[in-house]
Amino acid sequence: MSLIVEGVTKSFMSKHHKIYTLSDINLEIKKGEFICLLGPSGCGKSTLLNIIAGLVEATEGKVILNDHVVKKAGPDRAVMFQESALFPWQRVIDNVEFGMKIAGLPKEMRREKALKYLKMVHLTKFKDAFIHELSGGMKQRVALARALTLDSEVLLMDEPFAALDSQTKLILQMELQKIWWETKKTVIFVTHNIEEAVLLADRVLVMSAGPGIIKKEFKIQLARPRQLENIDLTYVLADVMKELKEEVEKVAKAEYDNDWNIEKDSILSHSDPDLGSNL
Amino acid sequence: MKKIAFYLILILIWEVIYKLGVEVLGIWKVYTFPSPIAVGKTLIKLIADHTLGIAIAASMKRIIVGYLFSAMIGITIGLIIVRFKYLDENFGALILGLQSLPSICWLPFAILWFGLNESAIIFVITIGSTFAIAMAIESGIKNVNPLYIRAAKTMGASGLKIYWNVIIPASLPNIITGLKQGWSFAWRALMAGEMLSATKGLGQVLMVGRDLADISQVMAVMVVMLVLGLTVDNLIFGRIEKSIRHKWGLDRS
Ligand SMILES: Nc1ncnc2c1ncn2[C@@H]1O[C@H](COP(=O)(O)OP(=O)(O)O)[C@@H](O)[C@H]1O
Ligand SMILES: [Mg+2]
Repeated sequence: MSLIVEGVTKSFMSKHHKIYTLSDINLEIKKGEFICLLGPSGCGKSTLLNIIAGLVEATEGKVILNDHVVKKAGPDRAVMFQESALFPWQRVIDNVEFGMKIAGLPKEMRREKALKYLKMVHLTKFKDAFIHELSGGMKQRVALARALTLDSEVLLMDEPFAALDSQTKLILQMELQKIWWETKKTVIFVTHNIEEAVLLADRVLVMSAGPGIIKKEFKIQLARPRQLENIDLTYVLADVMKELKEEVEKVAKAEYDNDWNIEKDSILSHSDPDLGSNL
Repeated sequence: MKKIAFYLILILIWEVIYKLGVEVLGIWKVYTFPSPIAVGKTLIKLIADHTLGIAIAASMKRIIVGYLFSAMIGITIGLIIVRFKYLDENFGALILGLQSLPSICWLPFAILWFGLNESAIIFVITIGSTFAIAMAIESGIKNVNPLYIRAAKTMGASGLKIYWNVIIPASLPNIITGLKQGWSFAWRALMAGEMLSATKGLGQVLMVGRDLADISQVMAVMVVMLVLGLTVDNLIFGRIEKSIRHKWGLDRS
């Protein structure tokens, strides 16, 4: 498998002028790699992910998956959104079966596979529940199960845990590591949380806004499964943050109040590993 | 139980008003204000001589035919309008206007085209509810959360499959509301049509009551209309709406 992003540029027309959201993005992603796209909000992470997904068209450049140019969305690139995007008119199990139903799989096969993946996300008990009966974390589990049933090599995730409380987020991050390990998928995971990126990624691609470019790349070579409290991880995290002081500030500004200032409130100089987490 | 008690009290108040207004104070003449007892008696008489049964059957047949037509045409128009942006921009406002036009205004046309018969009334019913249904379909589909469509696309759905598996079920709550509103428009059109064109039916029985200065017959028919309207509303649309709201979790509040 190979996933290549080649010279992707994206501009939107606003009332009077063009907005350049992405500028000449080039990427090469290896099979089974876990990539995190990290950057402040508005830097074009979602746009890039949507272009790879085939939901948005690039102004210039192309995305090539297994030697085929991506033209539209398809089940070879499963996508998970920040909001679960589950269908409220269907029960959990029917939601999980949706992709397989579209693909025309027979009923028994669909059910069996759906239950397998529901089991993987520990929600078999809720198979007959309606979507509104689930918590935010449970919804994302169902969305993950639904994405996994597509058997795609590529899994695209757009801040899937950003709206969850920190405990739920932590649990899901751990489970995602495990599921990725078991399913060997190629994952592109968008986040604005540095901690999350370092915890999950093989490679962290840091994006910068105006226009969106990939500014820096970090290889995270830590043993898995990773734990946030692991001392090696905290060192790497501190390293990444030191390198990225400027971007960290942008990320933080997007998260904290406007009067926040990296020098004044500098937690960095105390090298407190918690900076940049949004706990 | 509570409901029965409520209606008994309502009837009691009616009787009191009748006694005061007609017998004691003489505000109304006996033939302009019916008593609940007289209405009850008339109702029994109308049922016994089959007048009511025949009238209800005739009216229901008309409204069902007319309503089915309007549902089919309304849904088709709605779907076509959504599909073609040009039509939407230009015909959207026109349909909104047509929807607010009382359907009885179409009766002259209907009579010219079909003569004073069954078809004329069915035409008025159909045209009375078609546009409400078309509007509901259009706005229902337009308001589908685009995220659902994007998600479906990433799972391999496209074209008709998206329509059938996502857009239609996602807009169903709005569509049902529109169909329900269409039904109430159809019901009004039916009564207006029947009262003016004097063929068999509930509206005609009501007009006969007026012609005979039999106010309790007028009232009896009105009661029947009320009960029929409420029954269809609750038993059919009410149930469907409730089950959808339950599924979607819209009934928690
Ligand atoms: N449909 C659109 N129309 C116009 N501008 C857009 C559109 N989508 C995104 N943008 C622009 O692209 C920028 C990046 O958006 P996005 O990719 O959502 O950022 P991120 O996911 O990193 O927060 C936004 O600030 C916005 O100005
Ligand atoms: Mg985004």
